[in-house]
Amino acid sequence: MSGTTSTATAEGAALAGTRPAPRVSHPAGPRVRRWLGANALRIYGVIAFAYLFTPIAYVTIFSFNIPGRNNLTWRGFTLENWKDPCGAPEICTAVGNSLKIGFTATLIATVLGTMIAFALSRHRFHGRSTTNLVIFLPMATPEVVLAASLLTLFLNLKVPLGTGTIILAHVMFCISFVVVTVKARIASLDPRLEQAAADLYADEFQAFRRVTLPLVAPGIAGAALLAFSLSFDDYIITSFNSGGVNTFPKLIYVSAQRGIPAQAYVFGAAMFFIAMVIVLLAELVRRRSAVR
Amino acid sequence: MAIVSATHTGAPAPAPPPPTRRGRRWTPYLLLLPGMAWLAVFFVVPLVTLFSTSLQVPVPGGEIGQFQPAFRLANYADAISEYAPQFIRSFLYAGIATVVALLISYPLAYLIAFKAGRARNLLLVLVVAPFFCSFILRTVAWRAILADEGWVTHTIKALHLIPQQQSLTASAFAVVAGITYNFLPFMTLPLYASLERIDPRLIEAGADLYGSPFTVLRKVTFPLSMPGVVAGTLLTFIPAAGDYVNASLLGTTRTQMIGNVIESRFFRIVDYPTSAVLSFVLMAIILVLVSFYIRRAGTEELV
Repeated sequence: MSGTTSTATAEGAALAGTRPAPRVSHPAGPRVRRWLGANALRIYGVIAFAYLFTPIAYVTIFSFNIPGRNNLTWRGFTLENWKDPCGAPEICTAVGNSLKIGFTATLIATVLGTMIAFALSRHRFHGRSTTNLVIFLPMATPEVVLAASLLTLFLNLKVPLGTGTIILAHVMFCISFVVVTVKARIASLDPRLEQAAADLYADEFQAFRRVTLPLVAPGIAGAALLAFSLSFDDYIITSFNSGGVNTFPKLIYVSAQRGIPAQAYVFGAAMFFIAMVIVLLAELVRRRSAVR
Repeated sequence: MAIVSATHTGAPAPAPPPPTRRGRRWTPYLLLLPGMAWLAVFFVVPLVTLFSTSLQVPVPGGEIGQFQPAFRLANYADAISEYAPQFIRSFLYAGIATVVALLISYPLAYLIAFKAGRARNLLLVLVVAPFFCSFILRTVAWRAILADEGWVTHTIKALHLIPQQQSLTASAFAVVAGITYNFLPFMTLPLYASLERIDPRLIEAGADLYGSPFTVLRKVTFPLSMPGVVAGTLLTFIPAAGDYVNASLLGTTRTQMIGNVIESRFFRIVDYPTSAVLSFVLMAIILVLVSFYIRRAGTEELV
């Protein structure tokens, strides 16, 4: 009886943790090695992200470089480029063209792509696999093939190359990305919400306008942003189909041999930081509304 | 692609489209019409004109740049035999870049999928963030970073990793490195989407069955992530094979890829049929690769 009591007490004490565990000495070497092993992946992640952002850091730093013939050697720190970003010839025209083309192409591509996404997600129709294929192929084709084929179309039809042909080209390759993004968003909708709308006497248009569209709106916004960034940053397709019109990437490429003006770096860094702020804000808003 | 939808969908699979009510038959076709018409006119038809341009011949006695419709299939034999080295070099560079991108991206995608917790979305954004800055600027930045006078090259040479006379820029190494860097997100995102879908209990089961972490990776995680690997490989290899910006900014005339030839034959040496042939052949090869993928995965998963 006393044996069981003492065992129970000892066990109870061990389970309760009142008995201090004997200390084992951990030599520093294996401890460091164990820490490395446990955190190897995180360390790798830091290195990988540093690699990803090295050119961004370079662009940002050199946007503060004193302008000269080219922007390859560091001459000194100046804020002049940021104060006068249009200082280099042609650069603001080019950025303006890129913005105009970007907005127009984004608008058209988002509307057309969203319509296709709804058709694919919500309706039955013949020719589904052909439709899927025709939407997928522009994403899978090398840009140079898209660019060359469009150019042969314009050449054979004797269409003059300019801003119009650039917009036509950009809408073409943006539609597919819009379809994919919006379709993914539609697929993640809870169908019970629309059923609830129907239960509450909404007809199809009302349900679409008041329930579906607001729910899909973030997907459409994301698709529009994606289309805009694809269009703004496009070089290959634009260079083939632009004629004499300059866009921002085209200007940088053409001046890459002679020397890129420091103001171009200003625009590059500014675009990056503006986009980062927008995305981080959107993420904050999303987290805030998710918590609520 | 299903890859993208995998990152957004919490539900297991999208519901099939509901049965259509009578009288609503035309809705899908009306919705599809504008967008598909645009794609038909500006994607499908140009492929036809590309093919017809590839068969054209110069106008006899005409100026440079004048071609007339013809049916000269010999254009194909001529162009392919003359530019076969650039074709092979393009696929070689793209292949190496794809493999290196896979090696770099897999641990990164694994980290984001399994070890990131709440920082997951932020890390995904950070992977794509460099794209917010113009890609030509970033490629030119690499040329400056790897320049002979830069401290990166000095450090590498001080560590005796490369001979002293070697230049890192204007080389095949720089071109492949540039391609790898520029297409890294195209490999990372599909890998992440595929890894994120893996049930973590399967990995735990592997560990329960006495698998070391590496064995679990080899026998459980990697096979389960194969759809992502295949999608990422396609999304990286195909655009990389046609890219010419990296080769032009970071390479020399000896590292020319097929895209460079196509571009120069359109603009510098006005020879539309040859460049059309090369574009069409490139497209055909890509279509063959894509058809293998479609045969295994079907077209519903594409978009």
